[in-house]
This record gives sequence, structure tokens and C-alpha cells, in this order.
Amino acid sequence: MNPILMAIIVVTAIGLIGAVILVAASIFMYVPVDERVEKITGVLAGANCGACGCAGCADYAKSIVEDGNAINKCTPGGAKTAAAIGEIMGVEAGASVPMKAVVACSGTCGKTSKRYDFEGIQSCQAVKGLYGGDGMCKFGCLGYGDCTKACPFDAIHLVDGIAKVDREKCVGCGACAAACPNSVISIVPEHKRKPVVLCQNKDKGGDTRKACTAGCIGCMKCAKACPKEAITVENNLAHIDQDKCVGCQLCVKECPVGVIHVPAND
Amino acid sequence: MALKLASIFFTMILVDNYVLAKFLGICPFLGVSKKLDSAVGMSLAVTFVMVMATAATWPIYMGILEPNGLAYLQTIVFILIIAILVQLLENFLKKFIPALYKALGVYLPLITTNCTILGVTILNLDNGYNFVESIVCAAGAGIGFLVAMVLFSGVRRKVEQAVVPKCFEGLPITLVAAAMTSLSFMGFGGIVTAIFGV
Repeated sequence: MNPILMAIIVVTAIGLIGAVILVAASIFMYVPVDERVEKITGVLAGANCGACGCAGCADYAKSIVEDGNAINKCTPGGAKTAAAIGEIMGVEAGASVPMKAVVACSGTCGKTSKRYDFEGIQSCQAVKGLYGGDGMCKFGCLGYGDCTKACPFDAIHLVDGIAKVDREKCVGCGACAAACPNSVISIVPEHKRKPVVLCQNKDKGGDTRKACTAGCIGCMKCAKACPKEAITVENNLAHIDQDKCVGCQLCVKECPVGVIHVPAND
Repeated sequence: MALKLASIFFTMILVDNYVLAKFLGICPFLGVSKKLDSAVGMSLAVTFVMVMATAATWPIYMGILEPNGLAYLQTIVFILIIAILVQLLENFLKKFIPALYKALGVYLPLITTNCTILGVTILNLDNGYNFVESIVCAAGAGIGFLVAMVLFSGVRRKVEQAVVPKCFEGLPITLVAAAMTSLSFMGFGGIVTAIFGV
């Protein structure tokens, strides 16, 4: 037989037999998949950030359909995604407030200084293990960028020695908050007027002052100025209750060290 | 016989390691070795497919291609068979062993075009191995791949924590590290022949 013809026949035959086997297999071994799972995976943000608490977008879609998980947990997608999922599942979407990461530290290079020179592995985790960090303040941002490495959206960077959140890019997934060994970062509901205390220092006022000129000294001025009693000072550190706060910003004007800011306006 | 099989097996792991000595399958070696668990998952999937592919291609070559003088078609036919096999395997696992499917699922489709699989099936024939020897060789190649992946994921963890000059950051330093790991494997040259005397 003509060798070219022979070659064509053999390859075609193998291909055809393979095709028949595959078609038979896909019919015989068909696994029913709820089509809603695929639809929901399609409308999710697709970033696999894990903010919903599941192992990824596909996993979250599966848990919505099969385990009745809440539909408004996709922070990157926000209200739009929740509404789209609600449409697929046929339920009303709950309110979904955009969440953003807030770095509660104001200790930029000019405000605080280093206690020692650190030359080990360049990570916050490592420097934290050596006498609680190389900064004068043991509570603040360590400044080695573990959060930058953890962020799947490239939304947090080191600026002037401390982490700064890019509020446009941040979706509030909380990966940076989990990576920060000093727990400086928290995920706060986005609000245009409500301020946050950008400091974590729980030392007494005098000690805080020596470590950092931008630290909360626990002077109570903000607590007295607040008309809604939303501010409490505990362990020499002011805290603003976001539920009670009405956004009058009297505390921002009153703070002598300027540590109270509205993150959305920074 | 047993001695020869053992010799083939360990030669594939240490001396003729597919990744570190023959430089096949470099893409998954660099791509999936970042984390230990994904490296192990990928390697197990590769081992599994390697053995299956060898078991399927060897009889086809010996039974159909060789007698008809079509040995030159082996590359295209083997690619075809491996692709079909991987797809079939995926369906099978999805239906009957969902746990394994979940563990290997992401890596299985990647393997379809992995050159180590094609490499092991073709090199088996080039070496003139019989069926059993081919299977053992494929298993050894897979385990060798696993060893390389696991070792390198450890190396990579160290590299990632090190302070690297700016111009070497990322892939360049990874390639340098891969080269050194490969160099260290050159030290195994001759060890298997010396032990088993085959």
C-alpha cells in the first residue's frame, strides 16, 4: 500500500477511535453540574482573593448554590455583583457596604525613627521577631511591606516608611490585615466623613511622644469634644465607635497631634 | 531482571533526572514549584500520566507503527494518544474518584502538553526497553520529577526570602538557583552503575 495513504489512515483511525471513546466517556461519565454555579462564577470578580471566606470564586459560587451561603460577601464585586447573584438565585440582595483597608499608623519617616539597623530577611514578620521591631514605636507599621506582598490587587505600597492604601484599587479583601504581624491594618466600612484614629500606640503619653511625634497620647481632648460620646480612650489610645459617629469631625480639629483622619479624604 | 529494573528506576531518578539532567519539563518546574503542596500535586499527576501514557503508547508503537514502517509517525501519534488519555482520565476521575480529581484537577489539563510525558514515551523506545522496563522507567521518571520539584520548591523558598540584587530579582535568580540544583545532580553521575553493576 502507498505509505502516505497508510500514514493518513493510521493517524485518522487513531484520532477517530479516540474521539469515539471520548464522546462515549463524556456521556457515560457525565457529572451533573448545577448551571447556576457556573453563572455565578461568571459574575463574581474572579480575583480569587478569599474575602468571602471560601477558597476562591468558584468555591464561593458552589457554596452559595449548595450550602446557601450569603450572596453579598464578594467585596471586590460590591453591590453590583450581589445584585447579579441575587438575580440568578432569585433572592433579594442584602446591603453591601464597600470595605477598605485602613493603616492605623501615622509614623512616617520624619515623625519617628529607628531603634536599630536591621539587616536580616527583609520582612515585617522577621523584624517583628527581633525585640518587637526596629522602630521606636513597637505598635506601628514596621515598614517592610508584608502587606504589599500579600495584596492581590497591588493596592497597598510603602510610602515614606509606612504602608499606604491606594483607595481606588483596594477592595477590602483583608489579605494585608492578615499578613501584618503588628495588626496595624483593619478593614473599615468606607465613609466619606467618619474619621479613624491612625495610631495603635498604647504606651503612656510621654513614652509615645518620645517614640513618635504623630502618636496618640491619650489626652482625651477628642473624647470631650465628641457630641455623641462615640470616642473612648482605653490604654492611652483613642478609639472611635463607627456606629455612634455621625461624621461631625470635631475630633479631627481638636486632636493636638493630628492623628485623627478621615481615610477617604487622605 | 530485578537488578536491571532497579537500575533503570534509580537511574531515572538520580542520574538521568528529566528536569535536572535532561532539561525536559522546565515550564512546570519553574511555574508550579512556588509552593510545596502544588509542586507535589503536579508531580503526582505527572507520574500518574507518565505511567498511563507509556502503557498506552508502547503497545501501539510495537503493534501498529513499527510493523507497518510508520515509526516516523511516533511524535504526532503519541501527542494524539496522550491528549486523548488525559481527557479520558479527567472524565474518569471526575466521575469515580472526585477526591483525586479535586487534588489533581488543576494540573491534569496542563500535563497534556507537557514535554516530559512525550519525552518518556519516545526515549523508552529509543532505549529499546521492553514493556515492563518501559513502565518502570516511566515511574522512575515521574518520581524523579517529584524529587526535583520538591527539592526546588525548598530552594525557592530560601531564594524568595533572601535579599537579592535588584537586577536579579524574580525569574533570573530562580534560573540561577535552578542551574545550581541541576549542577548538584551531576554529582550522581555513575552512582547507580556502581551500586547495581548493570
